[in-house]
Amino acid sequence: MQDNNLLLKVEDLKTYFFLKEGTLKVVDKSNFELKRGETLGIAGDSGCGKSITAQSILRIVPQGGKIVGGKILFNPDNKGFIDLTKLDPRGKEIRSIRGKEIAMIFQEPMTSFSPVHTIGNQIMEVIRLHQNLSKRDARDKAVELLKKVGMPKPAQMIDAYPFNLSGGMRQRAMIAMALSCQPSLLIADEPTTAVDVTIQAQVLTLVKELQKEFNMALIIITHDLAVIAELADKVLIMLYLGKDVEYTSVDEIFYNPLHPYTKGLLHSIPKLTAGPDEKIIPMTGSLPSPYDLPKGCMFHRRCPDFMPGLCDKKEPPFIEVKKGHKVACFLYTK
Amino acid sequence: MSALKQEKNKEEEKLYVASQWQLIRWKFFRHKLAMGALVVLGIFYFCAIFAEFVVPHDPYQYDENYTLAPPQYLHFFDENGHFHLRPFIYGIEKRIDPEILEITYTEDLAHKYPIYFWIHGDSYKLWGLFTSDIHLFGIKKEKISLLGRDTMGRDLFSRVIYGSRISLSIGLMGIVVTFLLGVTLGGISGYYGGTTDKVIQRVIESLRSIPSLPLWMALSVSLPPHWSVTKTYFAIVVILSIIGWGGLARVVRGKFMAVREEDFIMAAELHGASTTRIIFKYLLPSFYSYIIASLTLSVPGMILGETALSFIGLGMQPPAISWGVLLKDAQHIRVLAMSPWILTPGVFVVVAILAFNFLGDGLRDAADPYSTI
Amino acid sequence: MLIFIIRRIILMVPTIIIISIISFIIIQAPPGDYVTAYIARVQASTNQLLKQEAIEALRARYGVDQPVYVQYFKWVWRILHGDLGMSMQWNQPVSTLIAERVPWSILLASLALVFVYAVSIPIGMLSATHQYSIRDYIFTFIGFIGLALPNFLLALVFLWLYFVYTGNAALGLFSPEFQNATWLPKLVDLLKHLWMPIIIIGTAGTAGTIRVMRANLLDELQKPYVMMARAKGLSERKVLYKYPFRIAINPIISTIGWILPALISGEVLVSLVLGIPTIGPLFLNSLLMQDMYLAGSIVFILSLLTVIGTLISDILLAWVDPRIRESI
Repeated sequence: MQDNNLLLKVEDLKTYFFLKEGTLKVVDKSNFELKRGETLGIAGDSGCGKSITAQSILRIVPQGGKIVGGKILFNPDNKGFIDLTKLDPRGKEIRSIRGKEIAMIFQEPMTSFSPVHTIGNQIMEVIRLHQNLSKRDARDKAVELLKKVGMPKPAQMIDAYPFNLSGGMRQRAMIAMALSCQPSLLIADEPTTAVDVTIQAQVLTLVKELQKEFNMALIIITHDLAVIAELADKVLIMLYLGKDVEYTSVDEIFYNPLHPYTKGLLHSIPKLTAGPDEKIIPMTGSLPSPYDLPKGCMFHRRCPDFMPGLCDKKEPPFIEVKKGHKVACFLYTK
Repeated sequence: MSALKQEKNKEEEKLYVASQWQLIRWKFFRHKLAMGALVVLGIFYFCAIFAEFVVPHDPYQYDENYTLAPPQYLHFFDENGHFHLRPFIYGIEKRIDPEILEITYTEDLAHKYPIYFWIHGDSYKLWGLFTSDIHLFGIKKEKISLLGRDTMGRDLFSRVIYGSRISLSIGLMGIVVTFLLGVTLGGISGYYGGTTDKVIQRVIESLRSIPSLPLWMALSVSLPPHWSVTKTYFAIVVILSIIGWGGLARVVRGKFMAVREEDFIMAAELHGASTTRIIFKYLLPSFYSYIIASLTLSVPGMILGETALSFIGLGMQPPAISWGVLLKDAQHIRVLAMSPWILTPGVFVVVAILAFNFLGDGLRDAADPYSTI
Repeated sequence: MLIFIIRRIILMVPTIIIISIISFIIIQAPPGDYVTAYIARVQASTNQLLKQEAIEALRARYGVDQPVYVQYFKWVWRILHGDLGMSMQWNQPVSTLIAERVPWSILLASLALVFVYAVSIPIGMLSATHQYSIRDYIFTFIGFIGLALPNFLLALVFLWLYFVYTGNAALGLFSPEFQNATWLPKLVDLLKHLWMPIIIIGTAGTAGTIRVMRANLLDELQKPYVMMARAKGLSERKVLYKYPFRIAINPIISTIGWILPALISGEVLVSLVLGIPTIGPLFLNSLLMQDMYLAGSIVFILSLLTVIGTLISDILLAWVDPRIRESI
């Protein structure tokens, strides 16, 4: 377990939201780990808690949410693990990690930039915050970064406002900003959801290249399994409301999925090579209401392999059923 | 992309299927402050409508013996500490200091007057039509003045209640005019666009730039002084509405412009619906709620306007009674310093305005039924 | 930017024209014509009858026998030459009378405007950042009261307290002992008199602006760029001030458009109640005396001030917000 190559280890993370309607267990005992340079894909439907997991790592969970348990162990420079959950979310320590050791890019680049500041201003802000560079040097560095991410006319674009740029260019600018301090971990929260297919391909290629160049670990959060297939080494499948259901390598997920939910996800992707008669098999039922959770396994009401008397009584434990392959399903226990 | 359908569960479904009015009502009832305001306004308007019945005395009757008498407070416990279920007031004892001729009023502990409800008192004609002499409350034989007396010895409470008739109704009349002007001109502006729109917009902008009170003052002065109270009243309603309609017109115009391009309008046009039908059956109903909220929120401005005008002396004139006319007496600062109760009509103004604001806020919140509930 | 300013000024012209028409209506509105009233007044005060030629000359000057629109154009022509007419009450040019008082009104309204923003912006911000806290509820409540309290009522109460405290029944701008003092003590004395009306006039505007600021900031705080800023490692302070605050402020600048006329209205009324020698008492007097050229001109000048104020705020907004600046 003591692996010098281990960058991030999340243990039993629990992030709950305390609302007046009740307590929402948005992330409920999540476990995963990441080696340096490795890519983890977190997949699941909208609202299953993937984004909140990422926000928990950076301690930027919105108001009303709180990490109530678990550990987030981070080891950026091989000097030992820091538990990020123990840091003050407004304090200096976590702020020296944000943007510098761990960077994040968001889904919608248009609204993630301030509309009244130039992108140059916003990129240089990060640079000067974590590195001791003069304004001129920071500006030069920013232009360089923009060039690296493939921004046309970087020396001019640096003084542009976000609304002056196209969607693809904004996404590149956001990547440039995230990489400006060479973080050891980049978290990408649905980076391809808001852009069209052609831009998607460019963004993914760019991220892959940069990751290799900087030996960056990457957590990619998405509901699009194709993106996972493209980038990830390991995959964590999250069921709604923050429950882990399957965790293994990307090959295993695609060739040997174990959890019925994972199988359902894979089957509901339309295949390019499928014939006209091959039907898409959607999952039956719908998402449960967060205030009316099913007893036992969260998925049992929609599971084709539902075992009455077992699946609706107890929650299946999340255990390793094969080497390097964890699953939370009664089909594989006993 | 995952082809999983995001179906809503039962509870969320109920939300989407509920009719527009149902949604508005739900949100509204959760806004308890608005409910409280509605109750308060209900009481106010009840008193205004049935003023002759609610007040114990004739508001015009003056009494030179008790000028500027202080309010007579209701007591439940008498001077010996006994509890009386029926509240009572003490009589007024008047003393004149022989040297400086200063009048002091104190409670006459020797005379107690219990309050009776549904009491027979001075006769009156409700709305000038129905003769009666039953009053909501009062005392036998003497006069009761819960809020004190003014400089002519008239009961302030009765005058305040009578005054609410004008002060509260002007707001309602005003929003009728505002509604007509605002919806018509705003609708024309939004629906036809082009030059008509530009001209109307300029006019609204100009009216908005003129400070309201000076304009009202200047227009009021032009009213012939020999006009009857009723004529003056309606003239003031018009004057107060002259500036107000701009706000509503803007909202209506905005909505018309946005909705005009919508597909369901085009569908109606393709079906051969006439312009009037489109406007009234399709465009307007989509924002009735906004109109109602906007109108409710413009009532305070009207009440303030009439009160201010009458306070200065340019609005309603005595013998007409409105809260502004009553407050005019408070202008004499020495009188005010001695008898602060003449400011009480002001308290009623504040409460009425607060109530309308809370109500309008509640309506405005509820008018967004599809916003996050 | 310059083109924007020029375009904006050109747009102002029709507005000013309409305002002038309304002002002219005010002048003409009272029954009977101006000259007849003037003649009657002069004859009453001097106890002499005016000669026929004098009457004719007056009629010609004011064009009372001609159609209304001719009179209007004559009036506009005179205004463009700086002649606002004669006040029959004071027997002085209207422009002189107005010039004596308007600067004080402008001063009062401007200070009230500063007061409104100085108070509303911090309170609105505090309300938004501490949403649903006790502070938020208290401020919202105070805001509501401020909205509902008519400024003349507040003025009465203040004046009452002032009277009890000093025995003066009117406020005035200066105390008599400072009439001939040098400028610094005079300024201090002035401020001592002015703080009351500034607060009274400003109160109504404050309530509305607090709510706008609070709503704007709450809106902006939900937006993703705030989370992004935090994720970059910025301090909470910087996250708040550099980003959502700067954006939430922009619409506030455009609220000058409706605050200014309200403040001027308020100034007129409050100066009446408190007894301050600004435009208010002059205006009321002119109305009661049916000195319509004075009254109408005052309305015109006050409206003009508002229009100019709105112009300045529009230009300011365009300058400060790059989204608007770049789209023009």
